[in-house]
Amino acid sequence: MKKTPLYDRHCELGGKIVDFHGWALPVQYSGIIEEHKRVRSAAGIFDVSHMGEINVEGPDAADFIQKIITNDISRTKDFRVAYSPMCYPDGGVVDDILIYKYSSDLFLLIVNASNTEKDYEWMIRNMEGYRTRISNVSDSYAQLALQGPESEKILQKLVNIRLENMKFFDFVPEAEICGKKAIISRSGYTGEDGFEIYIDSEYAVMLWDNLLEAGREHGLVPAGLGARDTLRFEAALPLYGQELSPEITPLEAGLDRFVKLEKDDFIGRDALLKQKSTGIKRKIVGFEMVDRGVPRTGYDVLAGGKKKGYVTSGNFSPSLGKNLGMALVDSDYSETGTEVAVLIRNRELKARITELPFYSKKYVKG
Amino acid sequence: MKVLEGLKYSKDHEWVKIEGNKAWIGITDFAQHSLGDIVFVELPEIGSELNKGDVLGVVESVKAASDVYTPVSGKVVEVNEELGDSPEKINEDPYESWIAVIEIGDISETEELMDADDYERFCKEEE
Repeated sequence: MKKTPLYDRHCELGGKIVDFHGWALPVQYSGIIEEHKRVRSAAGIFDVSHMGEINVEGPDAADFIQKIITNDISRTKDFRVAYSPMCYPDGGVVDDILIYKYSSDLFLLIVNASNTEKDYEWMIRNMEGYRTRISNVSDSYAQLALQGPESEKILQKLVNIRLENMKFFDFVPEAEICGKKAIISRSGYTGEDGFEIYIDSEYAVMLWDNLLEAGREHGLVPAGLGARDTLRFEAALPLYGQELSPEITPLEAGLDRFVKLEKDDFIGRDALLKQKSTGIKRKIVGFEMVDRGVPRTGYDVLAGGKKKGYVTSGNFSPSLGKNLGMALVDSDYSETGTEVAVLIRNRELKARITELPFYSKKYVKG
Repeated sequence: MKVLEGLKYSKDHEWVKIEGNKAWIGITDFAQHSLGDIVFVELPEIGSELNKGDVLGVVESVKAASDVYTPVSGKVVEVNEELGDSPEKINEDPYESWIAVIEIGDISETEELMDADDYERFCKEEE
């Protein structure tokens, strides 16, 4: 298993280490529910150094990115972050990524850890004709995510920039934190306000220790992958491999907002246009269990005794105290209020389609 | 990790408290600790006849669902309904949080179970 620079710290803090797509990372420290609630009420710090970073630069960098993503970054300002799916020609998803725009000829792309190699190769394969240089710089960066309502106060103690001036998806490319250069963005994967910090791997431990120390009086705790998943799940943020995959298009996943069919050609456009015009036959929905039971990834969703879809993510929601799920279902059963059943250990348990997200995001918008 | 004297233990980390021909069955401190926060317990039906090794119930944590096996054969005569509303009791006090009571069919099966010392050693090897 690959280790992040913080591996020893996780062990010292009692982190329960698991194999996450080949990375040795803590699933929890004190407990998933406790960490989850701390992030909602105070703050949590996550080691997300496994995330991939890919640099795209050159005179055609912007055009190249426009071609490989479904979102439109033509009006994205410098030092802003954009989110986008990246599709195959058939509309299935290669990955969902963050695009950090430095200028029209320099971008940093943040990709899912387990997709880093695949994404890099996909980009290389599609760069012909574009004057651009693509490099996988994942090993140079450690990444920490500080998430929760207390994040700004905690981080402000350690940086040389005014965080109150930053809105959601702003970033500062050369901030100073504890005297070291870092990229800081107001972003995250929990539905809370928060920041993500990219720093040279050699300073990761120093930064982690300083953040924990600065956050102590604000209730900051280290949080693991378990809480990261329950938090993003409540906020209905898609997880690649579950709500998005080569078999699920962004339109089916309800990411219409990030699919700009009116912009110039991009990979997957024809397939997505066609899907939109012929009607989207299945959709990602939210549901709440009516009967007692915990829905889990892969369980069948039924109506009238017949399979109409399957659960993509499901869990007990620590913030809402309910058993909730997301599922990919036949569009005929996607309307809020529709009664369906989830097959749990061969029993059909009642569930009801609900609005997403389950938990409304607390982003600091401009 | 807590192991109580006077109980019997299975290799699947269930504890058994035997009184007369009745067996109270739950999961051990080791088991609750490795599962993490427990959010749901599925109880067996009263009256069901189970063979040793059959699924007695299911304990679900935030992370995953795990089957609980009965270490003895017999008939389910009581279930702990309290766990339906408060599954987290298993984390808080695993040895008070019995899942079901079984009327033991074959008392000789209990001889194959471990005592506290053996179980403690068994857990050390598993770690």
